[in-house]
Amino acid sequence: QDTQEKETVTPERAEEAKLKAKYPNLGQKPGGSDFLMKRLQKGQKYFDSGDYNMAKAKMKNKQLPSAGPDKNLVTGDHIPTPQDLPQRKSSLVTSKLAG
Amino acid sequence: FLGAGGGNDIQWCFSQVKGAVDDDVAEADIISTVEFNHSGELLATGDKGGRVVIFQQEQENKTQSHSRGEYNVYSTFQSHEPEFDYLKSLEIEEKINKIRWLPQKNAAQFLLSTNDKTIKLWKISERDKRPEGYNLKEEDGRYRDPTTVTTLRVPVFRPMDLMVEASPRRIFANAHTYHINSISINSDYETYLSADDLRINLWHLEITDRSFNIVDIKPANMEELTEVITAAEFHPNSCNTFVYSSSKGTIRLCDMRASALCDRHSKLFEEPEDPSNRSFFSEIISSISDVKFSHSGRYMMTRDYLSVKIWDLNMENRPVETYQVHEYLRSKLCSLYENDCIFDKFECCWNGSDIVMTGSYNNFFRMFDRNTKRDITLEASRENNKPRTVLKPRKVCASGKRKKDEISVDSLDFNKKILHTAWHPKENIIAVATTNNLYIFQDKMN
Repeated sequence: QDTQEKETVTPERAEEAKLKAKYPNLGQKPGGSDFLMKRLQKGQKYFDSGDYNMAKAKMKNKQLPSAGPDKNLVTGDHIPTPQDLPQRKSSLVTSKLAG
Repeated sequence: FLGAGGGNDIQWCFSQVKGAVDDDVAEADIISTVEFNHSGELLATGDKGGRVVIFQQEQENKTQSHSRGEYNVYSTFQSHEPEFDYLKSLEIEEKINKIRWLPQKNAAQFLLSTNDKTIKLWKISERDKRPEGYNLKEEDGRYRDPTTVTTLRVPVFRPMDLMVEASPRRIFANAHTYHINSISINSDYETYLSADDLRINLWHLEITDRSFNIVDIKPANMEELTEVITAAEFHPNSCNTFVYSSSKGTIRLCDMRASALCDRHSKLFEEPEDPSNRSFFSEIISSISDVKFSHSGRYMMTRDYLSVKIWDLNMENRPVETYQVHEYLRSKLCSLYENDCIFDKFECCWNGSDIVMTGSYNNFFRMFDRNTKRDITLEASRENNKPRTVLKPRKVCASGKRKKDEISVDSLDFNKKILHTAWHPKENIIAVATTNNLYIFQDKMN
């Protein structure tokens, strides 16, 4: 006999449905490799000293093409330069907790 | 015991707050770790700018018996600097992930601080006297013309204003390919472990040019990667035992006597999941963000996104207790995923073996009393600034009619996260870090 049970949707499943509605192409492996690979790659920037020095040598006196509006997007002829990397200066200022 | 009212209850009062008042928080000022030393006299914080600030508790004033000593700045130094690994095109943050104190052996204090890649042993020492009366040197250090020396004197030590100096004594570098999430000092006080996403290394405090790999979960093919190490800690009494937690909600206990490489666990702690409840979020929210042994070592506590679980080391198949930190967030997981809050890593801490504490959003923090089963929600806010006034418990209204003084889930500020808290090892004094401020609360003494 075919019993029709009314399934109560758990809050988590309801939230999952909301998410899938917004992002239909969401990965098949939830919480799997995608998240983990992103976590392992934290801090990755795209600067290749080899590319940079080759480009510098080729161009000699010419200006190197500077970064486009989106500094994170590196494509085509654009060679990332050290200037494109966000300046990471160490804190010379004392922590405000000690103030 | 917790709660308002009752003879043995702890009544939490505001004591101090450190840090700037302004709302515009510089990234460097974000507090990333808080830790009391073994006596509780010193309280260390680390921040995203790679700086360490150490506070020292004042000696108790015998006449002012209504409050324990205040914490004042003792020392501050730059522990780590930002680096760029050109070979791997990798930016290495200077953010201090963890600080762990060594027990005090002599006049100086020692702590380990770590960023993503490098662990450093810092010596913090006091200087309260200086030598004066050298024959060949002036007081400012310049050498005197020997021909002007006509008499000899014996140099003496004279008192000077207390100077606290921090110096790096050991640098433990180049042992981690992935990002260090934990350090833990062994009960032998000679070795310590450092854990990154895929590996755990064992070090000797005196030796910096080598470390032993004791856990390696890196798969031969990275496409097969399914879980990472999220936290690790040595057992407080058994120097051969340590645990590590994973992004899948499991904890593995390992015994270093079993083999050199502890890839095979001695015990695996995992709560069985109800498959019918599984959703896209299940694994993410089951990821353990912190694991801490109770002081006795009989129990351990884990923190996942929504709850705190207490495990008895003798029982692997389920926790003995589960406490909901903010269950009302379960129906907000979609937006918490979109704003990345679902990946926030909350820590937790013990008061002995009886009460546990952890943070939440809106600058709320929670405590659970294992004995009375009571829990309380408190807020770290400058509005509760009056010393010796007992903090008012907070309540979040999940749905329906909001009572007066309750706050609705939708009004919670998810940018105000309390990720790091610490409990004084001996007294009822707690340190609670908001984004850029450090709050100290004390039990109201009668």
